[in-house]
Amino acid sequence: MVQQTVREALRDAMAEEMRADPDVFLMGEEVAEYQGAYKVSQGLLDEFGAGRVIDTPITEAGFAGIGVGAAMGGLKPIVEFMTFNFAMQAMDHLINSAAKTLYMSGGLLPVPVVFRGPNGAAARVAAQHSQCYASWFAHVPGWRVIAPYSAADAKGLLKSCIRDPNPVVFLENELLYGQSFEVPEGNDHLVPIGKAAVARAGSDVTVAAFSIMVGRALEAAETLAAEGIDVEVIDLRSLRPLDGAAVLASVEKTNRLVTVEEGWPFAGIGAEVAALVMEQAFDMLDAPVARVSGADLPMPYAANLEAATLPGAKDIADAVRRVCYQE
Amino acid sequence: MEPETLHRAFRDMLLLRRFEEKASQLYGMGLIGGFCHLYIGQEAVVTGIQYALGPGDSVITGYRCHAHMLIAGVPPKEVMAELTGRAAGSSKGKGGSMHLFAPERGFYGGHGIVGAQVPLGVGLGFAHKYRASDRISVTYFGDGAANQGQVFEAFNMAALWQLPVLFVIENNQYAMGTAVERSAAVSELYERGAAFGIPGGRVDGMDVAAVYHATQEAVAGLRAGNGPLLLEMMTYRYRGHSMSDPAKYRSRDEVSKVRKERDAIEQARQALIDCGHADEDAIKEIDREIKAIVNEAADFAQSAPEPAPVSLDADIVVSA
Repeated sequence: MVQQTVREALRDAMAEEMRADPDVFLMGEEVAEYQGAYKVSQGLLDEFGAGRVIDTPITEAGFAGIGVGAAMGGLKPIVEFMTFNFAMQAMDHLINSAAKTLYMSGGLLPVPVVFRGPNGAAARVAAQHSQCYASWFAHVPGWRVIAPYSAADAKGLLKSCIRDPNPVVFLENELLYGQSFEVPEGNDHLVPIGKAAVARAGSDVTVAAFSIMVGRALEAAETLAAEGIDVEVIDLRSLRPLDGAAVLASVEKTNRLVTVEEGWPFAGIGAEVAALVMEQAFDMLDAPVARVSGADLPMPYAANLEAATLPGAKDIADAVRRVCYQE
Repeated sequence: MEPETLHRAFRDMLLLRRFEEKASQLYGMGLIGGFCHLYIGQEAVVTGIQYALGPGDSVITGYRCHAHMLIAGVPPKEVMAELTGRAAGSSKGKGGSMHLFAPERGFYGGHGIVGAQVPLGVGLGFAHKYRASDRISVTYFGDGAANQGQVFEAFNMAALWQLPVLFVIENNQYAMGTAVERSAAVSELYERGAAFGIPGGRVDGMDVAAVYHATQEAVAGLRAGNGPLLLEMMTYRYRGHSMSDPAKYRSRDEVSKVRKERDAIEQARQALIDCGHADEDAIKEIDREIKAIVNEAADFAQSAPEPAPVSLDADIVVSA
């Protein structure tokens, strides 16, 4: 194991796959000479040259479409969005051109493209630059939607996604880029798409989270352990396909479920996980499922209001106590 | 154009027209559903362009795509069976009229969102350049799509990166019911690449030889690595925008004047006779042959089975 930041792990994943496969290339705003707006592509231009690490103009609809077209032409593009907020400009290509074409063509035309970049709340940038799109993308059939937490998963999943023959939306988190984790050494670390992970084993309550909220859930679990509540944290990692079996297996053991996400509650990932458990494990539940989410409003700028909008470890701990009837 | 090529063009254009006429009939009988955009009147454009291309070149267009499939060499019955939503259709009945694909023949669709195929086509051109091949991408769009913002984004990057993309505007004069002069601030659409340094030219899109020669010249420049080009093909669709459009935004006289004076197939027929390459009997024989092919396609498309229910959830993703 080596200590790496999420940023370094993502960079290594791309570099390793680019070394292994000449059809893999990276394009996006500031990915080359600037070394990435968030420095995720640090060093890639030097190693692979301007033919494979390509600065685009600020033109999301255009370069997303070009990435999809290049994938139709047989290449394996990695398209970086400086943040997923800007991917809204390219939504038509993501959904109509990337996710639907294999089906519409009766299987004739695969689209092996990876769209990646930071998703979710950043710090003090207000509503247009601070939003989690996980449920928007996960709603759509025809592709993979991935949202890792740890550096090891970020690396192993990104490598799997680059190799996957399908379109992928890979949701990173700006606030996690600088966090360090242990990462397996070597260039063969792959994490399978569609498999959740048990981030912390426990017996009393299941907390299902993804991306940065896994960290908050682990924090809450520590607090609750001191109170005698043993929390199991499930890191969903993959939102489409969602590893329902992993959630159900955990709930079978704990009989209680809390879902956590940074995004809005309405039709969110938590709603989907709650529905899954209601449909398939209703009799296992000893309490109604509790959802922890971002507040149902555009992100405010003021520091105190922003903090009040985002879910934290305290909100998660409160929800866990609630489903344990220990308020 | 060599008489042999003209002969072939006449036959191909006739196939495109008869195929569309038959599709119109099947639509009227309720055998084809949804939107169905016919290519009748525009046949010279795809025909002349296709003849100037070679193996490995890629082609992409919008939803008016039946002719692009046929001219790429896809058997008519596979296209017609897709229109009727049958398992033997080119997309196994999953795509329909607007979503036809034949990547093994260089045709990348068949895209339903106006203008979206333009960045995709630039992406295909990008792939050719990335692989250092001399192959090119032909990216078709209409006069309506020419107003989409992403078209200009695509122009910019195609020129910035000197990609081998031939942009072809099929200007059939109407974006659905809106005439070019009511939607474009400047009606000379071939000038729209000028801001990006993309040379443009206007071609008589009702003259297959003119289309062919203009494309040949363009393709030579593209293969030499001279960067993207834009050709505006001045053409005309005789039918409505789709089968559900009665086309009340123009006069019958306007349509019949074009049919009478500029029809591509009639021009080719006359040229064949004038140069002595074919007589009326030979022309009739071609028409009989084409009708037989189209009838066979229509019979097949009506009798072929619908997709098996189990195919419903096939091809959503590639199973790794």
